[in-house]
Amino acid sequence: MNLHLLVIAPIVTAVFILFFKELRQVRMIALLGAGFQLIISVLLLSTFCNERAAGNTAPMLFYNSVEWFSPLGIAFTTGIDGISLSMILLSAFVVLAGVLVSWKMEKMSREFFFLLTLLSAGAYGFFISLDLFTLFFFLEIAVIPKFMLIGIWGSGRKEYSAMKLALMLMAGSAFVFLGLLGLYFSTNVGNGQHTFDFIAISRSAIPLDTQLLFFPLAFIGFGIFGALFPFHTWVPDGHSSAPTAASMFLAGISMKLGGYGCLRVATYLMPEAAHVYAPYIILLATIAIIYGAFATMMQTDLKYINAYSSVSHCGFVLLGIGMLNETAIAGAVMQMISHGLMTALFFAAIGMIYERTHTRMVAQLGGLLKVMPFISTIFIISGLCSLGLPGFSGFVAEMTVFMGSWQHTEMFYRIATILSCASIVVTAVYILRAAGKSIMGPLANEQHLSLGDATWNEKSAAVLLLSGIVVIGIAPFWLNELISPDVNGLMVNIGRTFIP
Amino acid sequence: MSLATTIQLIVLLPLGSFLLLGIFGRKYLSSLSGMIGTTSLLVSAILSIQTAYQYFFLNTAGSFEKIIAWKMTWLTFSEGVSIDMGILVDPISVMMLVVVTVVSLMVHVYSLGYMKGDERFATYYSFLSLFTFSMLGLVIAVNIFQIYMFWELVGVSSFLLIGYYFEKPSAVAASKKAFIVTRFADLGFLIGILILGFEAKTLDFVTLIERLTTSNSPYLVSATTASFLGASALTWGLLLVFMGGAGKSAMFPLHIWLPDAMEGPTPVSALIHAATMVVAGVFLVARLFPIFSISCPGALEVVMWTGVISALFAALIACTQTDIKRVLAYSTMSQIGYMMFALGVSGYGNEAGLGFTASMFHLFTHAFFKALLFLGAGAVIHYIHSNEMKDMGGLRKSMPITHITFLIACLAIAGIPPFAGFFSKEEILTAAHHANPMVYYIALLTAGITAFYMFRLYYNIFWSKEAKTAHHDDDHHGEGTWSMKIPLLILSVGAIAAGFIPFGSFVSSDGHPLHIPFEISAAILPVIIAVSGIALATLFYKTENDRPDKLSASFQGIYKTAYHKFYIDEIYLFITKKIVFNLIAQPSAWVDKNIIDGSMNGLASLVVWKSNLIKSIQSGKVQDYALYFFLAAFGITALTIYLVN
Repeated sequence: MNLHLLVIAPIVTAVFILFFKELRQVRMIALLGAGFQLIISVLLLSTFCNERAAGNTAPMLFYNSVEWFSPLGIAFTTGIDGISLSMILLSAFVVLAGVLVSWKMEKMSREFFFLLTLLSAGAYGFFISLDLFTLFFFLEIAVIPKFMLIGIWGSGRKEYSAMKLALMLMAGSAFVFLGLLGLYFSTNVGNGQHTFDFIAISRSAIPLDTQLLFFPLAFIGFGIFGALFPFHTWVPDGHSSAPTAASMFLAGISMKLGGYGCLRVATYLMPEAAHVYAPYIILLATIAIIYGAFATMMQTDLKYINAYSSVSHCGFVLLGIGMLNETAIAGAVMQMISHGLMTALFFAAIGMIYERTHTRMVAQLGGLLKVMPFISTIFIISGLCSLGLPGFSGFVAEMTVFMGSWQHTEMFYRIATILSCASIVVTAVYILRAAGKSIMGPLANEQHLSLGDATWNEKSAAVLLLSGIVVIGIAPFWLNELISPDVNGLMVNIGRTFIP
Repeated sequence: MSLATTIQLIVLLPLGSFLLLGIFGRKYLSSLSGMIGTTSLLVSAILSIQTAYQYFFLNTAGSFEKIIAWKMTWLTFSEGVSIDMGILVDPISVMMLVVVTVVSLMVHVYSLGYMKGDERFATYYSFLSLFTFSMLGLVIAVNIFQIYMFWELVGVSSFLLIGYYFEKPSAVAASKKAFIVTRFADLGFLIGILILGFEAKTLDFVTLIERLTTSNSPYLVSATTASFLGASALTWGLLLVFMGGAGKSAMFPLHIWLPDAMEGPTPVSALIHAATMVVAGVFLVARLFPIFSISCPGALEVVMWTGVISALFAALIACTQTDIKRVLAYSTMSQIGYMMFALGVSGYGNEAGLGFTASMFHLFTHAFFKALLFLGAGAVIHYIHSNEMKDMGGLRKSMPITHITFLIACLAIAGIPPFAGFFSKEEILTAAHHANPMVYYIALLTAGITAFYMFRLYYNIFWSKEAKTAHHDDDHHGEGTWSMKIPLLILSVGAIAAGFIPFGSFVSSDGHPLHIPFEISAAILPVIIAVSGIALATLFYKTENDRPDKLSASFQGIYKTAYHKFYIDEIYLFITKKIVFNLIAQPSAWVDKNIIDGSMNGLASLVVWKSNLIKSIQSGKVQDYALYFFLAAFGITALTIYLVN
């Protein structure tokens, strides 16, 4: 199977969209494109599983390399393993749901769907890249359209937020690029030639002092994408100002680019440095988890609540990575998938509420369960998933991270784990406060009585994301089987040497 | 049908009913939903009883073994450590299957009448089914993480049902409180699981218990040698797990959610907050009992004192409350306290395990008479449209069936022979007498108080004032439908007869049948105390008089403190509002907005300011550029010359 299709299809769709003007036409094309993408991803999954079942244990399947710029050792090398495949599936789910909830995007619909589809091309390209340069290239593709999506279609302080997001992510990219260059120049493929090739780098021994210099750059760079404390401040403003679909993208996919990069590039390629810096990572992640949760408690805007809670939840990703053991890293990967689906669902529900009531302030909402039972139920379900209720994906991911973290017996790690565990209580507090006021309780506004419930497209988007959440929550062994052999593979490198 | 299939059916039927009613109920099955839920539960209950019959009576081994009927690996963490889903069949799980399905069936039937005409009838039944499913999954758990998962699920079903009347702010507040308090307790449970799982390198109950009770097993040695703050890892693990149990079972000081939980529909209170979910904590301790008893008596002592304090504390409060459901809630807490300390005083194996059997016995009988009390109270509330004692009185004539069944339940809980509560309480007291005299006397005192407040409740509802029936006669619907009365009658049979079951022959700490001799001499004192409690209540409350007011006036200090529930709620409120909100959450949000985000913005402003300074350089004037060029050229030349020299 040719992985290039994953990038080409959205680009073709995006170009195709440009030829049409009417909302009805462009949204149909975008929907077909996103649907096609989901179909390819599912096909990819089944082919992948068949290959694995047939005994193909190569670390990267569907490997393909096309020369791009040989003097600098850049090639468009692609390949996937279980981890990147699960990310691709996540993206496909979120993209399709994002198109569905934007069904009535009247304002400049052509440009909107064009950018949305382009974004997805960036995400897919990122996840399939096995060349650090193209990986970086796709990371950038996934940034620029967001600036416009927020700046043009956003709400509230949208110019400020768009600028803030773009600048901070650009700064992140700059760090990432420095880190990648550091890796590049430390390689040697004969006669002074360097390479961006991921597999070649992973097999080369990079000197420790190089690692110590470039690991923080790469990790912080990707970490900014993944809401690493204290560089998370683009998250609340960016998410809150973005239109619904863009929020779903941001939280569902973009933040995962960061987590994935932290794991795949920074930690995997520079494992010795990762061991040295692990305590700092864990410190920052724990702060993000608990402090993000407390900061969420004081938010009054539903989108801010979900954005801050994303900071807290993405902390689990970084915590899992920082623990540097197999269980915790598997948990981090699960948390990425789980958080992606769950926040996308949450933002979708908030978007639906906002579209109807024109407010996101908790104080102005109340008793929505009576008026819009479907949307309210979705809201409550995503809340319950967020607070880690068994049966939904969040529980599986968080527990795996906790179990992995507890394997470290040092006091510092134990305290970090206990504090992170404590966040499940704080999460329950803020989720129930928000739901208790806006969804339950007496009706806040008589005019809300005339509002309608979800339409077919919104229902399909919600059911799509929910099915992912529930499948992982009820049958986590499938996801585990998909990712754990490859997490095990990562451990060959990550567990390679330990510098106390 | 094999054992595994039968139990799978028992558990999955309510799940099916939940999904069916939850997804399609509101739109398509509204009127049918009650019947669907009830039928699935009826099948479950019949199958449970059949399972119990098979397990207890067709057993030829002479002792009751733990059987793992079915098991699958659900999520693997690392070598040997995984979450499994499965069915563990042993005396306590089989007993719980029967209790849960029978009480749940009664509540389903009762609700057909009680909730009739409710707008969200289907939702109500789907939540009831969800609860039943979760509770059944909890009792058959093979893995400590499985129990934790279903534990959370019963928590959320309880949340959904307490908040069932979601337009009432008090119901929403109560549901939040219940969830958050138990979540806090579950944090302890979770960390306890992490500790125990890490020490024993397994999460499977059978292996876990084996590894942590075999003396000199390397797991036990390492778990008891490592120490933190003076307690071993094992002690910490067990105490934290018990914290979860104490939260769910509303033990002091984590009980504050239970009285408020009475905001839910009354049948829900009967099922969740009296008979089944709240005893989950007792069940959890019983499940891990060998570890507590053999390897960590210190932790068991904590269980004992928590139980004793809760029993007495709740009984004192119950004497002062005026909302009949709250009286019952505190009485539930008190009775669960009995079950807890019965476990606490128990040893492991043979005669020493009397407390264990007694605790399970009391759990069993309590489920019947407490469900009966709540359903009876529900009938009264249905009739009067109020929860307050002052609106009631003299109802014995207009509600004869409710009256008789309620009286039976009151006698049972007061411990009057030959009603069920007498036998189980008697066993608990005997066990306590052998183990710890202090506990015994407190328990005895509590038994007297129990008899007093239960009959205070009884007289206030059914006697006292003459019935104010005038306005009720016009609009009300009689005593209630038959669907409400039949469960009362069935449960009262349980409240009368359950005590005659020779419980020790079935349930014991080590699985070997235990013959418990009945000693009349030991039963005399408790009965005398119970009867005097009743007599005192009769004196005060049978007819309307001013004696209660005088009594409360003469003990004003203690009365007021008990009436205000010993101000525990206020303490919690202080901690959450003043400390957590004002000292942690608000500063976090402030720091984020002003310091962290502020510094990011500051950085941006700095860049803007700097670039403003620099941008004048790029003026576009050729003369300026020429000047810069020559200055730079001059500078570089000068520098080069300097360096060369």
